[in-house]
Amino acid sequence: MADTTTPHPITVPTDSRHVEPGEAGAPDPSRRDFLLIATGAFAVVGAASFAWPLIDQMNPDAAALALSSVEVDVSSIQQGQSITVMWRGKPVAVRYRSDKEMQEAKAVALGDLKDPIARNANLKDDAPATDQNRTVPGKEAWLVMIEVCTHLGCIPLGQQGAYGGWFCPCHGSQYDTAGRIRQGPAPENMAIPPFQFINEKTVRIG
Amino acid sequence: MAEHTSTYEPRTGIERWVDARLPLPRLLWDSFVTYPIPRNLNYAYTFGAILMMMLGAQIITGVVLAMHYVPSGTMAFVSVEAIMRDVNYGWLLRYMHATGASMFFIAVYVHIFRGLYYGSYKEPREILWLLGVIIFILMMATAFMGYVLPWGQMSFWGATVITNLFSAIPLVGSAIVTWLWGGFAVGSPTLNRFFALHYLLPFMIAGVVVLHVWALHVVGQTNPTGINIKAKQDAVPFTPHATIKDALGMVVFMIVFAYFLFYVPNYLGHSDNYIQANPLATPSEIVPEWYFLPFYAILRSIPSKLGGVIAMFGAIVMLALMPWLDTSKVRSAVYRPLYRQFFWIHVLVSIGLGYIGSQPPAGGFIIVGRILTAYYFIHFLVIVPLLGLLETPKPRPASITEAVLEKHGRGLALPERTVSNTKVGG
Amino acid sequence: MRFKNAEGQMSGMLCRLTAALFAVGMASSAACAADQPANATPHYPLKEPHELSWSFSGPFGSFDKQQLQRGFKIYHDVCSNCHSLNLVAFRNLGDQDGLGFSAEQVKSLAAEYKIQDGPNDQGDMFERPGRPSDHLPAPFPNEQAARSANGGALPPDLSLLAKARGPERGFPWFVFDVFTQYEESAGPDYIYSLLTGFQDPPAGVQVREGLHYNPYFIASDALAMPPPLADGAVDFPQNGDDDKTNDVPQTVDQYARDVSAFLMWAAEPHLVERKRMGLTVMVFLIVFAGLVGYTKRRVWANTPH
Repeated sequence: MADTTTPHPITVPTDSRHVEPGEAGAPDPSRRDFLLIATGAFAVVGAASFAWPLIDQMNPDAAALALSSVEVDVSSIQQGQSITVMWRGKPVAVRYRSDKEMQEAKAVALGDLKDPIARNANLKDDAPATDQNRTVPGKEAWLVMIEVCTHLGCIPLGQQGAYGGWFCPCHGSQYDTAGRIRQGPAPENMAIPPFQFINEKTVRIG
Repeated sequence: MAEHTSTYEPRTGIERWVDARLPLPRLLWDSFVTYPIPRNLNYAYTFGAILMMMLGAQIITGVVLAMHYVPSGTMAFVSVEAIMRDVNYGWLLRYMHATGASMFFIAVYVHIFRGLYYGSYKEPREILWLLGVIIFILMMATAFMGYVLPWGQMSFWGATVITNLFSAIPLVGSAIVTWLWGGFAVGSPTLNRFFALHYLLPFMIAGVVVLHVWALHVVGQTNPTGINIKAKQDAVPFTPHATIKDALGMVVFMIVFAYFLFYVPNYLGHSDNYIQANPLATPSEIVPEWYFLPFYAILRSIPSKLGGVIAMFGAIVMLALMPWLDTSKVRSAVYRPLYRQFFWIHVLVSIGLGYIGSQPPAGGFIIVGRILTAYYFIHFLVIVPLLGLLETPKPRPASITEAVLEKHGRGLALPERTVSNTKVGG
Repeated sequence: MRFKNAEGQMSGMLCRLTAALFAVGMASSAACAADQPANATPHYPLKEPHELSWSFSGPFGSFDKQQLQRGFKIYHDVCSNCHSLNLVAFRNLGDQDGLGFSAEQVKSLAAEYKIQDGPNDQGDMFERPGRPSDHLPAPFPNEQAARSANGGALPPDLSLLAKARGPERGFPWFVFDVFTQYEESAGPDYIYSLLTGFQDPPAGVQVREGLHYNPYFIASDALAMPPPLADGAVDFPQNGDDDKTNDVPQTVDQYARDVSAFLMWAAEPHLVERKRMGLTVMVFLIVFAGLVGYTKRRVWANTPH
């Protein structure tokens, strides 16, 4: 019924993988090469520029970045007690350490530590992991620490294990009373977040 | 694929190894590199590639938006605003997705009308055409459910009105509507299921697109002459010829897209959708997105609930019936002087219906709407079948090559090595 | 019957048919407008908004920091007594493309507000000074409280108002608007016109008790909000010299402009970034299209088509 009923079998030239070089009146090949390269480069730049927003959108958004600090009332914490608060979606232990805990922590020689760096955001990056460097000046009894095992992110149990500090039930990492890794697979001391005592009763974390 | 012999020659060991086990590279090579296309395709034929690009862009931006969107009656509106304000590049991605939907429809309408003009639905391309109609219906369902997600006033009331269409079904209508809603009105359950389906349907579209392309490659592309490829010189290989032409079409389309996206991102939307959904207050006028307006006008033109719904779906069924309604032996409107005129009238009537759909249903708009609706159906059911019987087509060239020769003047010698100085740009 | 030799005649018929069709359409549309029954709902707004020129309109538009800061002061002093701005956080006031307050200014601004927080360890809610991450507090705790304090009317949240009000433009304006990019100014134009449009009702128009006549209102001829602005009601910080001619006028007109611009920023805080990126993308795509176009010419050069 239509003007052609069955399409004819067709073959095409096999040398179709690239543009045929021109002859009389055809463009200069070098100019064409430049054109192809420039066009290809634009395509690559365009694709990459389109990809970046698709990737960056997964980073924390402006609202998450703005939620940077929490204030904690610590007036009701007795020596030897601690509370846990949330900061950036992670538990932060605020512990008013007993004298015994502090003495034990101070007695450890730096050479015995698996991770000799303080990991304290309030100090320089390379500060040694002394007990004092795990706290802030004048408030050495207060350990404010992100209570997340540096191995694979479990929450260790407090006041347990061979060193009287923290014991991670997931893979057996043991931390001492200053939250420093002593034994087990965890590579680093538990991190100290940026914090300050804004008065005697209140700690601001972040 | 079926009609030409494979020219893929694996060159390396790895290529041979893969080719012996899963000849996917061969399939792609034969479909998108050496596949012969008519040499006389114009830019209307690049919209298939543009639609592929838009489907990809919508899926990519949509997946990314779903990472931030919360489908619940209380959180949806706020989460969309969080995307617009706080998420890195969220405003860009969301505007891209929202204006992208409109761009998708612009492209699909050009694609459909191109098919109607050049007779792309005719034998042996009926299944190809029907698959296209299925894609169009899936697109409309997807777009409708996507528009509900921001949970603005138009989202909510649009969902209410459109789901209520099903209440026109005798006996089971209201049960179906309650089932669609998951409640006794549009609410959180409705929103949640619309989100799930809005995420699902594009992948179904992608599946049907694969079938659509498959069918296309079995029967071959039409072209402005409507004459199939008969000889080697009628065709050029897909790559680089169609590839680069499609690429140009896509980039130019992207410029239009970028203009809407960056300079008038809310032009195609409705300002009421920036008001959070309120089940207690209907907006003064409920208008669907522009791409539904012609169908909406048809719906409203019939003064009966069930009749309106049937007419609206009938308007799409008309498209599906085109291969059998058109009785002409000639494929392309280029050689059909009368059909060509009626085609353009049909385009104008469709645009007119769209305008009527955007206006309040009162006074003269109702009358004009009814006239145009009647004409819409007359076009398909009366004019198209009659024209095929009554019209005298113009003489057609014997082949694509002859048509090209005609266009460029008889002085040219074909094939391949001739240089056209008259028109190199296409 | 065949049209073999009658095609010319047929086309003529077609033209006349089309013309007739459109004539009927136009006539009925006109009739529709003229033929309003006496009790039909009139078309709102009664008057179209004034078209102002805004610093942020057009492809190169950007916000005027000083204007936004004045607008915020008007919101702070006047609007915020009834209207919330729920989607705006204090930190947003520091956006460099927006109001451009410094981090310190944002902090002290936030601290002026009391924000409800809690529950504390005793389970009680408490108030504390605001922080940059907080959102601006709403004047009323819930919709019912807002309605009861405003004679049953709900003052809408203003966060998106500038994008949520678009009086219908009608044919052919909506076609031109694609190119003039008017859409972006429609909301601020509307807000300005509403704020400056309060007037006495014309003779014979009854306004219900507690409503205020305003022909620019989108939903009716009167609204529950009384005229909120008055000349001199808000003090702007001026440059301090004695030459008063350089001062920003403290008039209803100026207030309405400034607060409308501020609300546009609140509704579309990434507007400047969007247009800036748009320029880059457009230039890139046009050059890219040129390159692809030339490549296409090369590829097809030897193939008449």
